[in-house]
Amino acid sequence: MSQQYYEPKDLQDFPNITEYAPEPGKKFFEYYAQATQAGLLTEREKALIALAVATVRHCPYCIDAYTNKCLSLGVSSDEMMEAVHVGAAMTAGDVLAHATQVRKIIKKKEM
Amino acid sequence: MDAAQQRRHLSQIPGGQSFEQKLQRPLLAEDIQILQLNVGKACNLACKHCHVSAGPGRSEQMGREVFVTCLKILRRHAIGTIDVTGGAPEMNPHLPWFIAEAAKLKRRLMVRSNLAILHEEAFRHFIDLYADHQVEIITSLPHYHAQQTDRQRGSGVFAKVIDMMRVLNAKGYGRPGSNLLLHLVFNPVGAYLPGPQAALAHEYQQRLSQEHGVVFNQLFCLTNFPVGRYLEYLIRTENYEEYMSTLMAAFNWTAVQGVMCRTLLSVGWDGKLYDCDFNQMLELPVDHGAPSHIDIFEFDQLKSRQIVVANHCYACTAGAGSSCQGAIE
Ligand code: SF4
Ligand code: SF4
Repeated sequence: MSQQYYEPKDLQDFPNITEYAPEPGKKFFEYYAQATQAGLLTEREKALIALAVATVRHCPYCIDAYTNKCLSLGVSSDEMMEAVHVGAAMTAGDVLAHATQVRKIIKKKEM
Repeated sequence: MDAAQQRRHLSQIPGGQSFEQKLQRPLLAEDIQILQLNVGKACNLACKHCHVSAGPGRSEQMGREVFVTCLKILRRHAIGTIDVTGGAPEMNPHLPWFIAEAAKLKRRLMVRSNLAILHEEAFRHFIDLYADHQVEIITSLPHYHAQQTDRQRGSGVFAKVIDMMRVLNAKGYGRPGSNLLLHLVFNPVGAYLPGPQAALAHEYQQRLSQEHGVVFNQLFCLTNFPVGRYLEYLIRTENYEEYMSTLMAAFNWTAVQGVMCRTLLSVGWDGKLYDCDFNQMLELPVDHGAPSHIDIFEFDQLKSRQIVVANHCYACTAGAGSSCQGAIE
């Protein structure tokens, strides 16, 4: 099979998810549009947050979409990479914060 | 790549639906409100995104007779805007005389200048010439960071443009309330589409005033056209298919109504007529029975002419649209 599970052109099909069970799909897109448009935060700030989340969540579609969006908004490669590092640091942090659970058990169980 | 090679390449697009098929009906002009003169392909720069493939090695220049004919036409018809482009228009030796003559017509008179050229001693006199004749200046600044701009336009260009903006600001250009207008053009430094004009304008205003102390009137966002050096870049970097797919997927019917060729007529250095500057570079002159040279100009025939379209036109209708005045919507 030459096809891949993830292909760039799949992303173009995303708006069509409303073909089946349209109501929740439409509500999702409305919510998505509102959440990502400029509000108290600028579109640029939101695009950087989305990029960090996309990399943390390992979503190739979102990484593609938000790297392009950041480029379109004039975000520099260093700024994008800083956002990715925030995601990486948060991920490392939430792993390491769970070491406290490990420590709690160790402290309780070890003689 | 010569124009024929570019046209051949552009005929191959992913998915196969040509721009003409997409429209389903002929695209018609509705008026001539802008006469755009491409006065030559010589330029002091050789930017990577240039659809003109302009540069220091190009010698095509509009001759005096073509300028004279344009002025005659402008005197005879109420065409509201005179839009001078190139190359670097300043490298055409007839430009100072033409500006002075065109200014007498009291139309909106604009020049697309790369500003870096005004840094050179031999061209500094244009600063006063533009200000004296209230010429509106439009200049490309692909990014508010030097690194990105220089990557596209050449090393040191950002600093020269900012420097020249300072000089122009001191003359009154770009200042609120002044009638000397200085607009910037953003175009992507790579194979992606420009973001929303309002968001970028806000960022440009803040960064340029805070970091460099310069001001401007408006920011126009332009999509890069798959023509000239930019087309070569897309092919060389294997971005062509994806870029065309992105343009096609972003097709917007509303933008079709506002494409610039519906109200603009473009004159080439040799007097040939085109529907726009991009068609000019692809050597696709006005057709469908309308006169295709300035010497046989017929206003009534040209104002409702059928436009010559091809697949590069997808860049005009992508997203918010892209006219020579930035996003259409
Ligand atoms: S984009 Fe403008 S300044 Fe750059 S090479 Fe082309 S004509 Fe010259
Ligand atoms: S590329 Fe030129 S001819 Fe095609 S739609 Fe745009 S302005 Fe019109």
